[in-house]
Amino acid sequence: MNNNLIKVFLNGLIKENPTFVLLLGMCPTLGTTSSALNGMSMGLATMFVLICSNAAISALKNLIPDMVRIPCFIVVIATFVTVVQMAMEAYVPALYASLGLFIPLIVVNCIVLGRAEAFAAKNSVISSAFDGLGIGLGFTLGLTCLGAVRELLGTGKLFGLTLMPDSYGSLVFVLAPGGFIALGYLIAIVNKMKK
Amino acid sequence: MEYILIFITAVFVNNVVLSQFLGICPFLGVSKKVETAMGMGAAVTFVLALSTIVTFLIQKYVLDAFGLGFMQTISFILVIAALVQMVEIILKKVSPALYQALGVFLPLITTNCCVLGVAILVIQKDYNLLESVVYAISTALGFALALVIFAGIREQLAMTNVPNGMKGTPIALVTAGLLAMAFMGFSGIGA
Repeated sequence: MNNNLIKVFLNGLIKENPTFVLLLGMCPTLGTTSSALNGMSMGLATMFVLICSNAAISALKNLIPDMVRIPCFIVVIATFVTVVQMAMEAYVPALYASLGLFIPLIVVNCIVLGRAEAFAAKNSVISSAFDGLGIGLGFTLGLTCLGAVRELLGTGKLFGLTLMPDSYGSLVFVLAPGGFIALGYLIAIVNKMKK
Repeated sequence: MEYILIFITAVFVNNVVLSQFLGICPFLGVSKKVETAMGMGAAVTFVLALSTIVTFLIQKYVLDAFGLGFMQTISFILVIAALVQMVEIILKKVSPALYQALGVFLPLITTNCCVLGVAILVIQKDYNLLESVVYAISTALGFALALVIFAGIREQLAMTNVPNGMKGTPIALVTAGLLAMAFMGFSGIGA
């Protein structure tokens, strides 16, 4: 049983990493990774929603009629997103401001609905929560990596710590084009390593 | 003048895909052929304009009026999902030709984050109803423009020889990056 949970967890973290392997949830991946810290916070917020919604949907799966399951899933997800949104607005207003629109947009993140449909609707509450944890951490890992690369190349800093002299860094990596290009090369590296 | 400014800003300067990162999934997913890209663009324009009007009215006359601001995310996504479903049913009855043309793209739009994104953005920007509609349509046209250009490039790209590891998504993302760089040339125009 325990072994199984670890397998579910590792599957989400590495084998089905949402950012580099499944290529899901690209909007927040690109939109919030102008720095490593932003990327990590977005990943953690999404992870919280994933764990809660997976567990809740798994617990409710026998009560939800099959015909209207997608709207029901969306309502459950939107509820947890609102919880995250209000908590962040209250406790970390600066972070909330910099992530902005992308917090409410967790609702339409395909990863969350995808896991609800593909995993939580078929499995027990505990393994669904672990699946949420694995996928959520995988997403956080992907976002933090991309954020770190962009921050380092763009400003010469990492998590706000200056690693390179001020003259270093090309701003384009912090701006929109750099996001696409950095993610493109990171996925190419992952593809290469898989072979 | 004000509306022209909103239009130009939304289409070119703050292009929804290339500078705001909304709607990346369909941007990468349905951009292999110019024709399908146009279909998707048309479907998004239609739904975006309609959903923005409805969510705007809900915000003003239901959420604001009863102090239910915290219900914004839940109510908007439900309205959009229901609206897409309704548009699909009505189109099927009224104009089968258009329904055929938009086909599979309609249901996909529910999870297109630019629809919910724009609905929330017009509230944040404090636009009035007309400005909201202009903004929604311009954003959708910007989406369609980016999608069609990108599809055109990818049609050409399919025939070129790409290094093994870069095949598929990586090269598409790098291409999108270059396209975004080109769109950065518009920054500074307008607002």
